[in-house]
Amino acid sequence: MRKLVWLAIISGGGLFVLASQEPDFSGIITSSQRLRMAIPDLRGAGDAQPYLAVFNQTLWADVESSGLFNLASKSFYPARIPQQPADFQAPPPPPTGRPRRGQPPPPTTGNGLWMRDWSGPPVEATYLTFGYAAVQNGVFVARGFVFDMRRGTPGDAQVIAKNYVGSVDEAGARKAAHEFSCDIISQFGGTCLAGSHIFYTHQASKMTAQEVWAMDADGSNQRQITRFNGPPPGSLFPSVSPDGARIAFTSFAKGQPAIFVFSVDPIRDLRFYNQKASVNETPSFTPDGKQIVYASSAPDDNCCRIFIADLNGMGFRPVSAPGNIDVEPKVNPKTGNQIAFVSGRSGHAQLYTMSIDGGNVERITDGTGEATNPAWHPSGKTLAFAWTRGYATGKFNVFVMDVVTRKYIQLTHDEGRNENPVWAPDGVHLAFMSTRGGTEQIYSILADGTQAQKLTSQGYNLNPAWGK
Amino acid sequence: MFERRSIPAISLAILLAAFAAGCGPKKRPPIPPPPPTPEAQPTAPLAPEVAKPAAPVIAQFTAEPTSIMIGQSSTLRWQVTGDAAGVTIDQTIGTVQNTGSHRVFPSKSTTYVLAAAGPGGGVTASVTVMVAEVPPPPPPPTDATQPAAGTATFEDRVAANVQDVYFDYDQSEIHGDSQSVLTQDAAALKALLADFPNAMIMVEGHCDERGSAEYNLGLGDRRAGSAKDFLVQLGVPAGRIHTISYGKERPQCVESDDACWQKNRRVHFTPGQ
Repeated sequence: MRKLVWLAIISGGGLFVLASQEPDFSGIITSSQRLRMAIPDLRGAGDAQPYLAVFNQTLWADVESSGLFNLASKSFYPARIPQQPADFQAPPPPPTGRPRRGQPPPPTTGNGLWMRDWSGPPVEATYLTFGYAAVQNGVFVARGFVFDMRRGTPGDAQVIAKNYVGSVDEAGARKAAHEFSCDIISQFGGTCLAGSHIFYTHQASKMTAQEVWAMDADGSNQRQITRFNGPPPGSLFPSVSPDGARIAFTSFAKGQPAIFVFSVDPIRDLRFYNQKASVNETPSFTPDGKQIVYASSAPDDNCCRIFIADLNGMGFRPVSAPGNIDVEPKVNPKTGNQIAFVSGRSGHAQLYTMSIDGGNVERITDGTGEATNPAWHPSGKTLAFAWTRGYATGKFNVFVMDVVTRKYIQLTHDEGRNENPVWAPDGVHLAFMSTRGGTEQIYSILADGTQAQKLTSQGYNLNPAWGK
Repeated sequence: MFERRSIPAISLAILLAAFAAGCGPKKRPPIPPPPPTPEAQPTAPLAPEVAKPAAPVIAQFTAEPTSIMIGQSSTLRWQVTGDAAGVTIDQTIGTVQNTGSHRVFPSKSTTYVLAAAGPGGGVTASVTVMVAEVPPPPPPPTDATQPAAGTATFEDRVAANVQDVYFDYDQSEIHGDSQSVLTQDAAALKALLADFPNAMIMVEGHCDERGSAEYNLGLGDRRAGSAKDFLVQLGVPAGRIHTISYGKERPQCVESDDACWQKNRRVHFTPGQ
């Protein structure tokens, strides 16, 4: 009996220690650990000036949404903003001896031209991003610098010093700002989202078919990819290949719901072979990009088993057991060895994992409500998904769960329906569908549930998939 | 003139005399005496009043519903008040409590009689449950009415005669009432497909809005397959039936309430390719 008591105390104590040391498994650096940075507005010389508003807004938004930095508010900034390293001045040496009558007291601040004007209160920035823009030979050039303000002198402080170019217009200014912010984020260990694309489905009204569209990570440059122009429902549930070059999706374009694989640039149907079945749906890619997993009602029109096949659909073989509704297979992007999927085998839809050969089937959600839409974090350690836990049937929210410990956090809280989460390549952002504004639209959000940002607004937009 | 009447008169007199001799001058029968006036009956003395026990009262004996399809059930409900020693219902139900209910599955129209007996007497009440069989399909049209290119008429007949079948939430089994509807549909389909030898039927599976779109595409497929299996077992040719799932993508109503959700959890029949 005493042994049992000791065991309980030790394990209880161990759990307590673990809990207090446990990092936030969602991968987000918590607020107190973020690096504090100041980014004053850059100014532009001559013909560059009209485009600096867009430049500065883009730079600020990109750096802020990375989740890596705590940006000091511009209202604290000193009056004088350095534009290049040479602008910094050394503060005068402290006076020796008694203050001499008639001499003005020594200055206590450089008003922005001393390093400590930025590292000290009220700004208290560890890093300063600064520079200026000008037009040179018909090219918009932004000179960008990042300084570590804890260093005593400008000579020691340089972290980034680089020129960013673009066309002399808003698009060029935006491009230059994206590249600058990308370097800043990468420099501090993050993954840059500029250049990544979100694929999704769009329908102008509920009476028209859905088609696959693409947009940039900030919601700009929305463009149509598929043009089947058929009747509704149309094309659904897109997924992206790891290299971002291909999409796979489900479409009613040819009658029965079937799988299509398209290249994105150029847009071309790569002619995936569908098994003869009443339904083939929810395809996704293996991390090596060479195979597709999907759900099918083959061979006897009894939905659905998980299958794996080559990129062209040939060489298919079943992975999950027959007789259940198994859909939405997603392969672990880190190991390539494990599939997360949705199954109704124990009642309502729940999340399961299994090996890529179909063994080791485990249910990872606890059986309450309905759990759907699994999406792997790039690390392969956690899954984002939609779950009705805690709410009525049909009221989904976005959750993130560690697949080993089964601990989870809830990112949305009944602001409409929140479904189809998908991780950004940086492992820090998610895109998801929400009806919080009245209709289905796509939002991005940080993995700690903050900074929800609306990316679409026209018509109905669903099923995001985030590629490189 | 007397002389001329005298011969017929004389013969008449002789005739009359002969008749008179036969009938004779009857004596008038005597008037019978009036009947005697009845004597006044002696009245018996009044017996003292005795309180008779009241018979039991059948306050309620109903069947709900009173009309069913074969295979369905009806619930009898009754309430007997007053002094009832025994309450019985026929049709092998037997002795029951004074107040209660009982589910019955009659295979043909049946009248149930409830009898309540007590010291004050017995009372009965009856209720009838009408049972409808699957009606026979309409006779095939004569050649004169065969349409030239039959698609439009085929579509009309499918819409009119092949009813939607409904499901429970997250289920694809054909339960209860849905079985009888699908049985009728099988009869209608067999007739239709015989009339239109080149036509196909599409069975569409649908779901309500609440589950995920991905899962519902699968569930709708299960529902369509389930209905097809049932029809094939009843003799509808399998090769003439296709199935397709629309998941929750083609709802027939969009309200977020139980009534609309139930309407969407269905299979629907249309002409196929």
